Amino acid sequence: MVLIKGGYLVDPGNKREGVFDILIADGKVIKIEKEINQDAERLINAQGKFILPGLIDMHCHLREPGREDEETLLSGSWAGIRGGFTTLCCMPNTQPPIDNQGVVEYIYNENRKIGLIDIFPIGAITKNREGKELTEIGELKRAGVVAISDDGNCVMDSEVMRRAMEYSKMFDLLVISHCEDINLSCGGLMNEGYISSILGLKGIPRQAETIMVARDLELARLTQARLHIAHVSTKEAVELIRQAKKEGIKVTSETCPHYFSLNEETILGYNTNCKVNPPLRTQEDIEAIKEGLRDGTIDVIATDHAPHTDFEKDTEFEQASFGIIGLETALGITLKELVETKIITLSQLVERMVLYPAKIVGMEKGTIDIGEPAEFIILDLHKSWKVEKEKIVSKSKNTPFLNWTLPGVIEYVFAKGKMVLGNTN
Amino acid sequence: MVNWTGKDLLGLEDLSKEEIELILERADSFKEISLRPIKKVPTLRGKTVVLFFFEPSTRTRTSFELAAKRLSADTVSISANTSSMVKGETLKDTVKNIEAMKVDIIVMRHSASGAPHLLAKTVEASVINAGDGCHEHPTQALLDMFTIKEKKGKISGLKISIIGDIAHSRVARSNIWGLTKLGAEVTVCGPPTLIPQGIEKFPVKVTYDIKEAIKDADVLNILRIQLERQKSNLFPSLREYALNFGIDLEKLKFAKPDVLIMHPGPINRGVEISPEVADGPYSVILEQVTNGIAVRMAVLYLVSQKSK
Ligand SMILES: [Zn+2]
Repeated sequence: MVLIKGGYLVDPGNKREGVFDILIADGKVIKIEKEINQDAERLINAQGKFILPGLIDMHCHLREPGREDEETLLSGSWAGIRGGFTTLCCMPNTQPPIDNQGVVEYIYNENRKIGLIDIFPIGAITKNREGKELTEIGELKRAGVVAISDDGNCVMDSEVMRRAMEYSKMFDLLVISHCEDINLSCGGLMNEGYISSILGLKGIPRQAETIMVARDLELARLTQARLHIAHVSTKEAVELIRQAKKEGIKVTSETCPHYFSLNEETILGYNTNCKVNPPLRTQEDIEAIKEGLRDGTIDVIATDHAPHTDFEKDTEFEQASFGIIGLETALGITLKELVETKIITLSQLVERMVLYPAKIVGMEKGTIDIGEPAEFIILDLHKSWKVEKEKIVSKSKNTPFLNWTLPGVIEYVFAKGKMVLGNTN
Repeated sequence: MVNWTGKDLLGLEDLSKEEIELILERADSFKEISLRPIKKVPTLRGKTVVLFFFEPSTRTRTSFELAAKRLSADTVSISANTSSMVKGETLKDTVKNIEAMKVDIIVMRHSASGAPHLLAKTVEASVINAGDGCHEHPTQALLDMFTIKEKKGKISGLKISIIGDIAHSRVARSNIWGLTKLGAEVTVCGPPTLIPQGIEKFPVKVTYDIKEAIKDADVLNILRIQLERQKSNLFPSLREYALNFGIDLEKLKFAKPDVLIMHPGPINRGVEISPEVADGPYSVILEQVTNGIAVRMAVLYLVSQKSK
């Protein structure tokens, strides 16, 4: 038995917030009470610390199968744990892509062997993510995908996207859209504007995102399907989604920590760790995204964890891969940029990083419940830590947050009933 | 008078007015050497200059090579095409190899914006940017400025129009930074598709009207139009471009009588400039080429002060 004493529990899914003791036996939470006095093999003093349900990332790239030099299910699990994540949804742009039952089963089987945290695959919308022919969406659903997306690619053909959304309705399967008009963004490397013009780098106009957000919202209106807009980066997209929600369109959306903490100017000097798609935008967009997170227009903070090797980043800007790793820094950046600045409360952070992602993809997770396996983190908000390359556990180190000092040290992580991170003494 | 402190010359955006003036003054004294019967001084004896060109450019490479030779440096010229890099060797690998040969100065031309910046961060040798992508071409702008100063006696207060594909031009960017730092009034002119986004934040005026750009200008700097831009629908045809923006004698009627016509070369005769204008009395195109050597000698000399 493990007894955790005096931690401040933040569990908005159960509307429970305050100081509680938690008792765990055989990996399951058996008591949550104001005061538990019981002999346990292990006592954790959590006074002054926060206990949150394990974080859920509904958008990451774990690169297995295919690019195990960048990340694996195992290294990704550890990176997740270090960042407080106990559930990851991995995008289908693997090699081969998750566009058939076999790859879905592979991921479930491999992760069963690893057994650290839950990993749920997201299936592709179209075969080989080419935007042309639908995958066997029903088969994918039966194999266990929690959503479908061609992430990394936009389904450019509006008819294909319409049919995907319409068809998925029968399984109540979420469609996640990577919104990018690739004719407009084609060859672009960063946000289009003064900074891209100074640097002589081809720009991606913000309209490449907003045009597709507008299209997909209209398709959601047409099909009545559940649509989720991935990685919102522009203020116009926030506004479009806000209006659509008012009109009753079934849309949810996410953004990532880098879209509310970094603007395009961080690329000056050709910093390839800031090369990401959609690109980092302007301060105005950052403010709009923060407001969207505050008022609930943006439901979810996801990482879009996109690992790339040094070899792929330490090169000419135009050659460098798009992407930022985020599993280990997402909580810290969110605490720093949104909670410390009082834009959202800690409880709202849990909604956006745990509760809503669980609800949106339809998983029975995201709360700390009696009788369920222990799955939570113990966080010390009095401590801070520095992002250092040597300490990153992801196989890839492509983060723009190196040397940032972030609030909140994760002291314990319980996942699937086991303590996977914590003091062992 | 300021001292040169930089290891590299990557762009004019990074330089102060005083540093630019210092280069131009040095170039002045080096130009005299080019006029001697024996065009050689021992300034860089024992130093090795590598000319590392990832894009074909006979003109700039030859100019740098002559500049280095006239300073008595040893030169090695390496032409690489980016296709040889696809085999897994990165730019950094290639450059590390060159550095292992203990060179002092690397002059680099590359199709990727920022490539020399990556190089400069990687190697101890001085790096001179001989043109990177659509970013900067500092020595071209310096030689343009040197030529203007030589002809007009000053730069401050002059009205200078840069005409053509501003969006994709490294020459335009370097000229904008350099000229405005020295007090010139710069106007850029071209079709809106060839004017970069965010131009309103650059210290320049913008016009789509060629007459407007010509009217009060002391200098017209005419950029080479890249034929491949037509394919990306940035303008409908070379013919239409020439009609609207090509500088010919007809359009020059609007110009001041003492206007200078400049072009960084190579020229597309009959497209951005008519042969009569290119070879006419206002043209200083060949003098630009001559001055290029003096300016590059000055730059090689100044960065070598810093390199070991
Ligand atoms: Zn995406």
